[in-house]
Amino acid sequence: MAVVFQKTKGLTDTPFHYCPGCTHGIVHRLVAEVMEELGVLDKAIGVAPVGCAVFAYEYFNCDMQEAAHGRAPAVATGIKRVHPDKIVFTYQGDGDLAAIGTAETVHAAARGENITVIFINNAIYGMTGGQMAPTSLIGQETLTTPYGRKPENNGYPIKMCEMLSTLEGASYIERVSVYDVKHVLNAKKAIKNAFTAQINKKGFSMIEVLSSCPTNWGMSPNEALKWIKDKMEPYYPLGVYKNTLEEVKQNG
Amino acid sequence: MAKVLMKGNEALAEAAIQAGCRHYFGYPITPQNEVTAYMAKRMPEVGGVFLQAESEVSAINMVYGAGGAGARVLITSSSPGISLMQEGISYIAGAEVPCVIANIMRGGPGLGGIQPSQSDYFQATKGGGHGDYKLIVLAPSTIQEMAELVQQAFHIADKYRNPVMILGDGMLGQMMEPVDFDILKKEENKIEEKPWATTGMGTRSKRNIINSLELDPQVLEKHNIEIFKKYQKAAKEEVRYEMTDCEEAEIILVAYGTIARVAKNAIELAKRENIKVGLIRPISLWPFPEEPFKKTRDHVKAYLTIEMSMGQMVEDVKLAVNGQKEVHFYGRVGGMVPEPMAILEEIKKIRGKK
Amino acid sequence: MDEKIIFAGFGGQGIMSMGLIMSYAGMMDGKNVSWLPSYGPEMRGGTANCHVTISDEPVGSPIINEATVVVAMNRPSLEKYEKYIVPGGKLFINTSLIEKKAERKDIEIYEIAANDIANELGNLKIANMVILGALVRATNITKFESVLKALVEVLGPSKEHLVSINEKALKKGSELIENLNDKQKSHLE
Ligand SMILES: Cc1ncc(C[n+]2csc(CCOP(=O)(O)OP(=O)(O)O)c2C)c(N)n1
Ligand code: SF4
Ligand SMILES: [Mg+2]
Repeated sequence: MAVVFQKTKGLTDTPFHYCPGCTHGIVHRLVAEVMEELGVLDKAIGVAPVGCAVFAYEYFNCDMQEAAHGRAPAVATGIKRVHPDKIVFTYQGDGDLAAIGTAETVHAAARGENITVIFINNAIYGMTGGQMAPTSLIGQETLTTPYGRKPENNGYPIKMCEMLSTLEGASYIERVSVYDVKHVLNAKKAIKNAFTAQINKKGFSMIEVLSSCPTNWGMSPNEALKWIKDKMEPYYPLGVYKNTLEEVKQNG
Repeated sequence: MAKVLMKGNEALAEAAIQAGCRHYFGYPITPQNEVTAYMAKRMPEVGGVFLQAESEVSAINMVYGAGGAGARVLITSSSPGISLMQEGISYIAGAEVPCVIANIMRGGPGLGGIQPSQSDYFQATKGGGHGDYKLIVLAPSTIQEMAELVQQAFHIADKYRNPVMILGDGMLGQMMEPVDFDILKKEENKIEEKPWATTGMGTRSKRNIINSLELDPQVLEKHNIEIFKKYQKAAKEEVRYEMTDCEEAEIILVAYGTIARVAKNAIELAKRENIKVGLIRPISLWPFPEEPFKKTRDHVKAYLTIEMSMGQMVEDVKLAVNGQKEVHFYGRVGGMVPEPMAILEEIKKIRGKK
Repeated sequence: MDEKIIFAGFGGQGIMSMGLIMSYAGMMDGKNVSWLPSYGPEMRGGTANCHVTISDEPVGSPIINEATVVVAMNRPSLEKYEKYIVPGGKLFINTSLIEKKAERKDIEIYEIAANDIANELGNLKIANMVILGALVRATNITKFESVLKALVEVLGPSKEHLVSINEKALKKGSELIENLNDKQKSHLE
């Protein structure tokens, strides 16, 4: 039997608390594997968000700080300014990063803060039970948009990659997904690029991962993966939005 | 409408709507999420506005705008979110804008937990934001009372042009009890003219300005003194409390909100052992009721304050008792709730003392 | 009357609705009621419980430290709440999921294979109603008709199609108690 799944040193032994079929777990593993492969676990300092990933500090096998809701990029900035040679990353949901923490996100990028942001876009507030997120799609029914998200009342979903890629300080910005094996592998490559940008002191890097929340979408795990592909991806096109990494440019 | 079974959070929302509130700004946080969900459904039905803000900082400033523009406006959150609002609340009080703010408290400090707590008492009653200002703070202990106090809160907010806070805890927000909306005082729902509001000048000759900036210290001092005259009036007219079994009591418990209900169970336990225990339940936390302490401090042996905090309201109790009798404290924190048995033990300890 | 009932089990077993239906029924009977759920983020298949008080007097603390009735739908619930029951109180055990026996000798114990019965009735999800039906018949805390009315209320228009199957389960539970012969009944005491 082939080894399909080998445990990475980047994760602790604490079992994940995520719902069955939630893609938070997959992304945790990718980030952990990348840190292990890049050999930065001993000098990585992570910042956990407020959201379903609030317990990320239990899972990543490196030093961690827990931030207030939305403030992770500011906390990471503080850490990075104390330890410019360490690898600093945040792991944030859409509510955390693109609603309450928009200012912190935008300004960390604008400053070219040399940190890596892992952004879980699941189009919902998972932890609080399924309210509208800034990234919820038009028409999407949530606890706080019981009649569907309407532009007249709730405006339009925010495309963070597109927005941030206009900022000089951003070095590497890519949107990926994890709804099948091919995309998972690609997501890992993207995360590696983002960390590499930081190691090369290029400035702010962010990987947006289109993710699922079967629980609050009211779907089976498989239906949820399909929903990412069919509903989210058309609005949030995958791809590299900003790249100042020479090697990646050459290798494609 | 007959009696309906409702969560505290839902009753809070419905009472606001019945009080004429048509503007609600919020941001999700446990354990008050049912308010946002209820408003999201209900506001469109009554032609009102429900808006999920991008943060509590933003939400409270929407309230500042809407309240200044003359609307009856509600905002709700739980402890961490209320902390974020403190800047806005200070501006609202400074600019004399009426609004109702509900804090369905959870355990802190920091991110803390999501289980019930009363550890924001200081923040609610002693300021919280910068500057000299006060919130009028009301603490319901049943779902029916939640509905009643929310209605009164809108009335009081308009009367004093000041923010009023409903201080509840996660238990009160989450639990269900029957509510009768028919017995609420409807006259308090009448919204009086707000000639000071920014409605657009229309035929008005004077401009209306909602503002808390004043660079001239003399004028700013006068403004502060004017605001405090309102507070003096409120301190006379808005005191609310309940006294139970106090006349013959040897020991009087002091507790507010849901913990007052736990205290009542403790009183029952004490009765079984022939210990006479009473209860003072402050309903307005600011203005804090001093009356019931004046009435009882001559005959009672001691007071025992019970809170879901490390000891906050107990300071006001001590001020009211003014050193004339012992004031004891028993608290549980972090989402733990005092148990009636444990309270009885405390009562016995106090009795045992000389 | 001052009944304090704790319902406990896994999330997804319909623990909250059992308590809600009891509370509605109590309210319809003109009693004072309160319903207090455990709450938390909608994650993990964790445990759930709710505390229901039905009383002639206004309800004091909604938290139940001494229960007159406990419903244990899974093993952790039995282990946790058996000791909460006052002497002479009643304990309902879902034996489909709990092999362990209750330890107390000073309470009335009702063992009901609720999941199996629900399966026979064609829907595992109504195991909670089987127990609730038994509880109402055995305790007479509320009128059975009130429970049937409360069921309609709690399910609401969107789940109206589920009323009849749930009713069937309630009645089945009730019959289980009625069919206990006197000898079994005395055995229970
Ligand atoms: C100041 C403050 N406001 C609100 C909350 C409540 N809260 C916790 S998580 C969360 C949103 C989580 O959504 P998201 O960031 O999208 O993460 P997800 O759970 O979907 O992964 C909110 C609003 C809080 N903890 N602090
Ligand atoms: S609520 Fe959604 S985002 Fe949170 S753990 Fe469950 S599936 Fe994942
Ligand atoms: Mg999210």
